[in-house]
Amino acid sequence: MRSTLLAYVLALAALLALTALAFTVGRYPVPIGQLIDLLIGKSQALPPTARTVLFEIRGPRVLSALLVGAALAAAGTAYQGMFRNPLVSPDILGVSTGAALGAVGAIFLSLGVFATQLFAFGGGLAAVALVYWIGSRMRGHEPMLALVLTGVVIGTLLGSAIALLKYLADPYNQLPAITFWLLGSLAAIAPQDLAVAAPLALAGLAPMLLLRWRVNLLSLPDDEARALGVDTRRLRSVVVAAATLMTAAAVAVSGIIGWVGLLIPHAARLVVGPHFGRLLPLSMLIGAAFLLAVDTLCRTIAPIEVPPGVLTALIGTPFFLWLFALSRRGW
Amino acid sequence: MRPLSGLLVCAALLASSARAATAVVDATGREIRLAAPAQRVYAAGPPASLLVYAIDPHKLLGWTRALRPDEAAFLPPDAARLPELGRLTGRGNSANVETVLRARPQLIVDVGSTSPYFASLAERVEAQTGIPYALFDGRIEATPATLRALGRLMGEQARAERLATWYEAELADARRRVALVPRDARPRVYYGRGIAGLQTGGGGSINVEVLDFLGAVNVAEEARAGLVAVPIEQILLWNPEVILTTDPDFWRAARQDPRWRAVRAVETQRVYLSPHLPFGWFDFPPGANRLLGVWWAGKLLYPRAFDFDLRAKVAEFYQLFYHREPTPAQLDALLGEPGVLPR
Repeated sequence: MRSTLLAYVLALAALLALTALAFTVGRYPVPIGQLIDLLIGKSQALPPTARTVLFEIRGPRVLSALLVGAALAAAGTAYQGMFRNPLVSPDILGVSTGAALGAVGAIFLSLGVFATQLFAFGGGLAAVALVYWIGSRMRGHEPMLALVLTGVVIGTLLGSAIALLKYLADPYNQLPAITFWLLGSLAAIAPQDLAVAAPLALAGLAPMLLLRWRVNLLSLPDDEARALGVDTRRLRSVVVAAATLMTAAAVAVSGIIGWVGLLIPHAARLVVGPHFGRLLPLSMLIGAAFLLAVDTLCRTIAPIEVPPGVLTALIGTPFFLWLFALSRRGW
Repeated sequence: MRPLSGLLVCAALLASSARAATAVVDATGREIRLAAPAQRVYAAGPPASLLVYAIDPHKLLGWTRALRPDEAAFLPPDAARLPELGRLTGRGNSANVETVLRARPQLIVDVGSTSPYFASLAERVEAQTGIPYALFDGRIEATPATLRALGRLMGEQARAERLATWYEAELADARRRVALVPRDARPRVYYGRGIAGLQTGGGGSINVEVLDFLGAVNVAEEARAGLVAVPIEQILLWNPEVILTTDPDFWRAARQDPRWRAVRAVETQRVYLSPHLPFGWFDFPPGANRLLGVWWAGKLLYPRAFDFDLRAKVAEFYQLFYHREPTPAQLDALLGEPGVLPR
């Protein structure tokens, strides 16, 4: 218990320190003194650009990195617990692929930024709804296995639809836009994106937090859970819906950023064990800090943007393999 | 003996003169030989379509993508009836080789990058189909030479020469005007692509060739060649005096979005949207059409040096290359669209 508390404190401290650092660095130099003045409200005398950078550009971007990181990590934690499988990531049921198809479709139809986000969000929800609907009708199979397999096949189908749209897209204009979206990035975040995505992600988080004790039971075999008086089917659908809502909200504004939802729950579980109630908050803290660190690098190390998915994979792959080699314990 | 040898000499002469008329060395150094000038030409990409169409619309077998109604409105009615044959070049390769063959082309032409990748592609397709495949340089500066070579392959030397001479004169005129503008009087330009305007062409990339031709100061010069994504803070740091874009969504957003408010170009309302009908002016397709972009951007960046009547020039280009002079209403629509020119 004391080590859990320590882990929380450390993660929170790291997150706060990183957030403070993230606010102070960026391609556009804003002196720390000005930043502090801005934050305490003495902004009248300052150049308007500093204000714009802090409140319209860097601030929303830092907050969105925290939000997306936490959301992906939370969804990953929920899915990994539910599926009792360490290789599960939030897109196992097709949310990312569905969102990608929605966004690619919107770009293909030359719709605007907001429509692209809306299509991505709707596509993510629709894909998971479809997978869940089909998967839960596969009677005679272990329900989790049916869900995962359905998710894999539907994901492949959606992937082909994306490929078709890329193929048909205008190669000079739409194809680069699609490629950039699929790479994922927080570069285009505006305050209004955050204002829409944050409430949706919180709406997904609320049931997870409220049900955190029961979610543990999902990792038990169905009959055992039922013996404890839990309607696993209903609970599972609530958790899937919540995790999907969080992921779809995140992906709609960020594009596809891999590894966070797969890697972070592992790291957190290594510290505090598999208990969902303890695992979820720590996972979110680490996820937020991780993506913030990655995104801060992405927007500062070069005049051009570095795709965050590339950095998360570069960091994630060796770390994941190391964790995997290290951990032998089961659920 | 004598008449026979005379005949032989005659035949040899004829053969060599015929060969001289229809053998052309393309931009990759390969010799393209045709038994007779090509009457049926398949253009492998949009820049090639445009040039073949400009030289002789009746010899173009089809477009790589069917024209949309708003594009077709700028071309003679025949143009819209040409079939869609797909692209055979590089990324977004969508042509079915059998479909191409069914159109019975006598020559395949691609105009664009002449890098080894495209050269080897040309060789492969030529070996596979047995149809001569000519690859020409698509840079703005290379357009007159490309026109002339293509004219010879198509047996339309006179027409091609007329276009090439005109194009050369216009390039020389634009160059002369650029030279009038001292280096320190040239504004710093950002070219924003994509709906959020956060993608741009780094120094030397094909997307900003118009800027390079104009000797303009591309703020993203330091980025690598090719399309890159940039952080908005970096754009604030570059603080461009002019923003050019091909994207109407970004054009609107840049003027309303508070994140862009601090950029000098936005403050001074120098954010401009390039016309795109029937083919883009500024960036894509990356072909001869970008002379329009040179004029347009030249006028925006160096209004005093580019003091000509853009409307008349545009009408002339469309007449020459698209075979149809735009109606006054069409010119109004092209040049009067919000953002195209300063109010």
